[in-house]
Amino acid sequence: MSLLSIFDVSGSAMSAETVRLNTTASNLANAQSVTSNFADTYRARHPVFATQAVPGADASDADSDDGAMGRGVKVLGIVESNAPLTMRYEPEHPLANEDGYVAYPNVNVVQEMADMISATRSFQMNVEVLNSARTLAERVLTLGQ
Amino acid sequence: MTINFSNALGLAPQALELLGQRTSVLANNIANADTPNYKARELPFQAMLKDAINGAVDPAEPMAITNAHHIDATPADSIDGDLQYRVPLLPAIDGNTVDIHVEQAAFAENTLQFQASLRFLDNRFKGLISAIRGE
Repeated sequence: MSLLSIFDVSGSAMSAETVRLNTTASNLANAQSVTSNFADTYRARHPVFATQAVPGADASDADSDDGAMGRGVKVLGIVESNAPLTMRYEPEHPLANEDGYVAYPNVNVVQEMADMISATRSFQMNVEVLNSARTLAERVLTLGQ
Repeated sequence: MTINFSNALGLAPQALELLGQRTSVLANNIANADTPNYKARELPFQAMLKDAINGAVDPAEPMAITNAHHIDATPADSIDGDLQYRVPLLPAIDGNTVDIHVEQAAFAENTLQFQASLRFLDNRFKGLISAIRGE
């Protein structure tokens, strides 16, 4: 039944948005994690979303790529940003290299904040959809009473 | 005179089924609002309801298959064939065509239509019940 597949669809979207919020939290928390070694410096992480078929959807849709019923979102993976690290000249820093530079992560705090707002709004939207679907399903159950 | 359920219930059951499917399609669009390259989908509700009323292909009299090369023309239960793509107002740079406000408005409208159809169906059932009771 199509109304019940909405729970899977919105649920998968909520979990994907949670992953996005998680990476944002990690990026913001590590925005100042410095190292003297470039290879070990924290790099901003972002999830990659893709459409997926949700288990429990119609069997006919599972085979076809084009099936629209019972689809959701999945996180394909989390990629590290390859933007250049921020080098700062801080010779008095205990982790500074022999030239006096410290490597700061390539986290763009403004971009992360915008991303956080977007993820929060998307999450809220999916909660609304879930609530509507639940209300509709409850109304159907009380039909004829 | 016997009570014919399909006559007594009118359009509401078909409308409810289609609206339920449309709810799912719109929920999908909202869920994939941040997915790169996702294209927003939409069901042509009125055309599909018209088909459902007229019976696009009469299931009682399907096309005859008299040769192995004939293609089975029985319509599938799936709605995939009817699904269309939304014309994007402002496609995003990542290839996503979901306009969240359009989807939200469509979802709200769809919920209202669903509840209206449900109310109609409910009233038909109540009418039948009072006819049966004869009160």
